Amino acid sequence: MRGSMTDHPAPPGARLRADAVTLRYDDHVVVDGLDIEIPDGQITAIIGPNACGKSTLLKALARLLRPSAGQVVLDGEQIHKLATKEVARRLGLLPQTPIAPEGILVVDLIARGRSPHQKLFQQWSEDDERAVRAALEATGTEELAERAVDELSGGQRQRVWIAMALAQETELLLLDEPTTFLDIAHQIDVLDLLLHLNRDRGRTVVVVLHDLNLACRYASHVIAMRDGRIVAAGAPSDVIDAESVRTVFGLESLVIDDPISHTPLVIPIGSHHTQCDAHPTDIHLNRSEPQETR
Amino acid sequence: MTDTITPPTTPPTTTSGPKPEVTRQVEPLALRGTVIRRRSFSVRLDPRTIVVCVALSVVTVMVGLWSISVGDFPIPIADVIATIFGNPTEDSEFIVGTLRLPRVLVGIGVGAAFGMSGAIFQALVRNPLGSPDIIGFNAGAALGAVMMIVLFGGSAVQVSIGAVLGGLVTAVAVYVLAWKRGLQAYRLVLVGIGIGFTVGAVIDYLLTRAQINDVQRAAVWLTGSLNGRGWDEVRIVALALLVLGPLAIVMQRTLDRLDLGDDTAAALGVNVGRSKLALVLVGVSLSALGVAAAGPIAFVAFVAGPVARRLVNSPRACIVPAAFVGALLTVVADLAARRLLAPTELPVGIMTAVIGAPYLLWLLSRQSRTGAL
Repeated sequence: MRGSMTDHPAPPGARLRADAVTLRYDDHVVVDGLDIEIPDGQITAIIGPNACGKSTLLKALARLLRPSAGQVVLDGEQIHKLATKEVARRLGLLPQTPIAPEGILVVDLIARGRSPHQKLFQQWSEDDERAVRAALEATGTEELAERAVDELSGGQRQRVWIAMALAQETELLLLDEPTTFLDIAHQIDVLDLLLHLNRDRGRTVVVVLHDLNLACRYASHVIAMRDGRIVAAGAPSDVIDAESVRTVFGLESLVIDDPISHTPLVIPIGSHHTQCDAHPTDIHLNRSEPQETR
Repeated sequence: MTDTITPPTTPPTTTSGPKPEVTRQVEPLALRGTVIRRRSFSVRLDPRTIVVCVALSVVTVMVGLWSISVGDFPIPIADVIATIFGNPTEDSEFIVGTLRLPRVLVGIGVGAAFGMSGAIFQALVRNPLGSPDIIGFNAGAALGAVMMIVLFGGSAVQVSIGAVLGGLVTAVAVYVLAWKRGLQAYRLVLVGIGIGFTVGAVIDYLLTRAQINDVQRAAVWLTGSLNGRGWDEVRIVALALLVLGPLAIVMQRTLDRLDLGDDTAAALGVNVGRSKLALVLVGVSLSALGVAAAGPIAFVAFVAGPVARRLVNSPRACIVPAAFVGALLTVVADLAARRLLAPTELPVGIMTAVIGAPYLLWLLSRQSRTGAL
């Protein structure tokens, strides 16, 4: 089969990678000569301040944006040389602001995730039926199936969009800030769902996140960006410390051990508080001691 | 925010009634439409769409027959039908076969072409104001046709070619001028309206410089008229519909995905740039050939899409139902234009404007209230 793993051996452990990729809008260079690998079977979180090029990088990884230099490689092939439809069968993307047509029902929207697998006279196969059913089940949206997307809450809608991307049945799933605009409970809900997809269904997930602590908790691989460059990449506990938070966000912080997940927990300090405000016993494990500000 | 992920308290509606089977049978998904499947071949048909299209075509045929039958020289419907099926009476042959039948057929074809074109552009622009008659494409096609009439005294075919070229050039101009890091609906609509006025001014200028006979021919045609349309025009629209219609129908699937936003569509395997270009070409050609045959009949493209969508009650852009709505609308408008002030005959474009203009006003007032242009 064209593009299968045996025909085109991918570098071990990373079906998707970017080689010296430069991305620009008109004359404005957003990402300059960047190399990354997306580890297979893991959740990778891309973090960084606003306008650091996270979403742009994600678009390039999903073939939505053509690099002005360098290349994105999927399964050992240049992604821009693959047909759009071929990419859509291997890699799914949920953009930041997808648009739901007015009045569309949940099940019909999710069904559109099947379109890369359909043809003019193969509009609804048994596979399509099964995939949509599985997507409904995986996202817990069965009860919403016959409701209009317009009338759902933000959290429900996000689950439905994820279900659509799932129905596409790609092993790689890219999501651009899926938790933005959601309250904390729904953020956790969506991230739990991603973890479930990753652990129980073996999906490789790449997610752009704003919340550092949630990124540390849910991702096994973190890519920290600033000004279109990668500042650090690796396991959260290796990568996230006060030093790297300062480099990436320009923020003084205290990084302690998350008592729930034992991943780094970033506590911002800000200009109106000092570290001495915290009671010493609240801090279980100082991963890296920031400079005393006293 | 009152978000809850918990399922709604109402139980899922069981429309299928009690099930006698003991073995747990998987209910089919509550997808819209009916799936017909045989081996690897499968299609999804929407019964409501089919009912709407059949009903619209029945009404269109009835109105069409009525329209052929009435006039200064009335012909009984039975004679009309007999003539169409090849058994003309003495009088009916000329009146039906040469005068009224081609006129009705042109009306149907032009309405269908405008309807499809409107549905395509409104979906592409994501705005009901994005139809080719509002954003200047039809004016451009008219300019192309008027140039052919006035400057070259062109034949029907030459006028058609001029219309298509005029429409395409205008479309390119609108796109280029509206493009600013991507295409935004409101920019496109505003630029399109501006271009439309400019093109209108050029047409006026051309008319002041032209021979009086040509001006007369052009002026009647410019309001959009089916008067004096013959088999030449029938051929033009028939060709347009036979070639472009199937393309438009095939592209419905692409349009459905583009409806989810460019990025989502690309993620679902649509080559966004190429697909949009193809849709624009098909849409412009459909409306331009419609213009070539009957002049820029106002508001048919604008009204047909939204009406079709409401009738079918569908979240999709309804390309095919919009064709049927456009056809019926044009035929009804032409009948009214002929008979309302009989024996004085109005151009059909005036009648469609009478229907379309209030709708435009309503839409504008609604949109300015919701802030979404």
